[in-house]
Amino acid sequence: MVVKGIIKKGEYYDSVTLMLVARDATALDGVKDAAVVMGTEQNKSILETSGLLLDMFKDASDSDLLIAVKAESEEAANKAFEKIEQLLKETRSKAKEAGEYMPKSLEGALEYMPDANMVIISVAGKYAGDEAMKALEHGLHVMLFSDNVPLNKEIELKKYARDNGLLVMGPDCGTAIINGAPLCFANVVERGNIGIVAASGTGLQEVSSVITNEGAGISQAIGTGGRDVKKDVGGIMFIEGMKALEEDPDTKYIVLVSKPPHPDVLKKVADLIKTQIKKPVVGIFLGGDPEVVKGAGAIPANTLEEAGLIAASLAKGKSLDEFKKLLEEREKEILAIADRESKNKKEGQKYVRGLYTGGTLCDEAMLLSRQIIGEVYGNAPLNPEYKLKDSWISQENTFVDLGEDEFTVGRPHPMIDFSLRNKKIIEEAKDPSVAVILLDVVLGYGSNMQPGDELAPAIKEAKELAAKDGRNITFVASITGTDKDPQDRSKVKKQLEDAGVIVMPSNAAAAKLSSYIVKNLGGAK
Amino acid sequence: MRKISDLFKQELKVINIGLLSFKESLDDVGVKVIQVDWRPPAGGDQEVMDALKKLLGK
Repeated sequence: MVVKGIIKKGEYYDSVTLMLVARDATALDGVKDAAVVMGTEQNKSILETSGLLLDMFKDASDSDLLIAVKAESEEAANKAFEKIEQLLKETRSKAKEAGEYMPKSLEGALEYMPDANMVIISVAGKYAGDEAMKALEHGLHVMLFSDNVPLNKEIELKKYARDNGLLVMGPDCGTAIINGAPLCFANVVERGNIGIVAASGTGLQEVSSVITNEGAGISQAIGTGGRDVKKDVGGIMFIEGMKALEEDPDTKYIVLVSKPPHPDVLKKVADLIKTQIKKPVVGIFLGGDPEVVKGAGAIPANTLEEAGLIAASLAKGKSLDEFKKLLEEREKEILAIADRESKNKKEGQKYVRGLYTGGTLCDEAMLLSRQIIGEVYGNAPLNPEYKLKDSWISQENTFVDLGEDEFTVGRPHPMIDFSLRNKKIIEEAKDPSVAVILLDVVLGYGSNMQPGDELAPAIKEAKELAAKDGRNITFVASITGTDKDPQDRSKVKKQLEDAGVIVMPSNAAAAKLSSYIVKNLGGAK
Repeated sequence: MRKISDLFKQELKVINIGLLSFKESLDDVGVKVIQVDWRPPAGGDQEVMDALKKLLGK
């Protein structure tokens, strides 16, 4: 085994590009591991734990590119270097295609596009705050995708933005839809008259997709980042977002999406609804008390799907009673499928394994499942007593969020790179106590472009593996996305169904179905 | 005074600093966007960066 490295001084690439290059290099014959990273302290410590931190890397800086390859032979390592160089060259030439001008700074960009009105920032957190402040000072709205922006910086940015009539979406804001444009990880939705303010990225994606799939549409979807509704930031952008939607003539209905906000923030939201908001408001505060939402003057929803369905019903001129009828019908369908799927299981098969890529979707699934089958284990469980000792090893009913740090260090997010989850699918299928494997598939820009092609073979392999042992595992999935997404929801749905997956209309429906099957099989607590 | 809701009446024009894929998806849906060829200020050297900030009075 040889470990070889190259250092390229002053060559900067973004982290997603580099992780995808490293993934391709790792897949080469004779290559055991490959890392292609910028020389930040964090990356160096990742290299150290994987045994790839060569002496030559130790003095590298944030702007140096480090390439390390562990391979079976010198020859295989050299081949990997060649491949990496070629892939990097391709991304560079793609970026410069058609001779597009790439200024070196925000000021340079403004000379070229003086009427720009939005800046998207996704550079490392320690730089992102300064870039965001610069943008605000130029009178530009900001979408701050980066995480690890210090809390005091976030407060400073948001106060400045509020005082100057500007948006700061984020930090750690993964998705937004402004004037119909999907920003970062967002779905291509229909335009319409429903406005959303969300402190949860995948929550926003699920609600906006449900609304589109129900035949209604979105005016604006404003992300705030999860920390906005906590005590310290005090809901600054959540409140400003609501006010902006109230003023917007194209918005007729407002949907609020969040984990339960801090009580101080909730009070501000309630006061605002009572005093200034005249449009109907639908609220989903996942894990919160619906009565509190009601008390705040909003229509409460129990799930993200419900929030989308209520808003879509209102937008289509239907009554809330009609919506309730629709919900009851769906519930009946779920129970019927659960009965069918409970009948083809072998003795001992009784547990569900939820393998999630979306954190909020995982939370929602655990909240719903808890009501049906009791507490579930996980790497980020609702009840801390049910935290897995080892996130990699499931027990009884388990829901893991594969987007958590322990799974994502040094690799792309599981919404982009399916290899980790595919491996988990096979592992779970080997466990004779597993009856159901529950998956979320999140479409839209930023996510994996061929989810059906990449998931189906793993599911097929898992099913065959179980079949050899006389077991039948039920695969349940939800697809967050629309037919207008680049992946095309209907196409992905068909691919998954062809692979034997039951595709439900929402994450909530998928979680409920899985839990009812477990309950029927005696796997509940 | 400027308001957030004014943005909703304008054509969205974006400056992207960071992940190139975010620019490409906006290109794909026909939104005007320009990519900044960003790299860490002062080569990522924290001491030099702090000194620069001081010099610039920030």
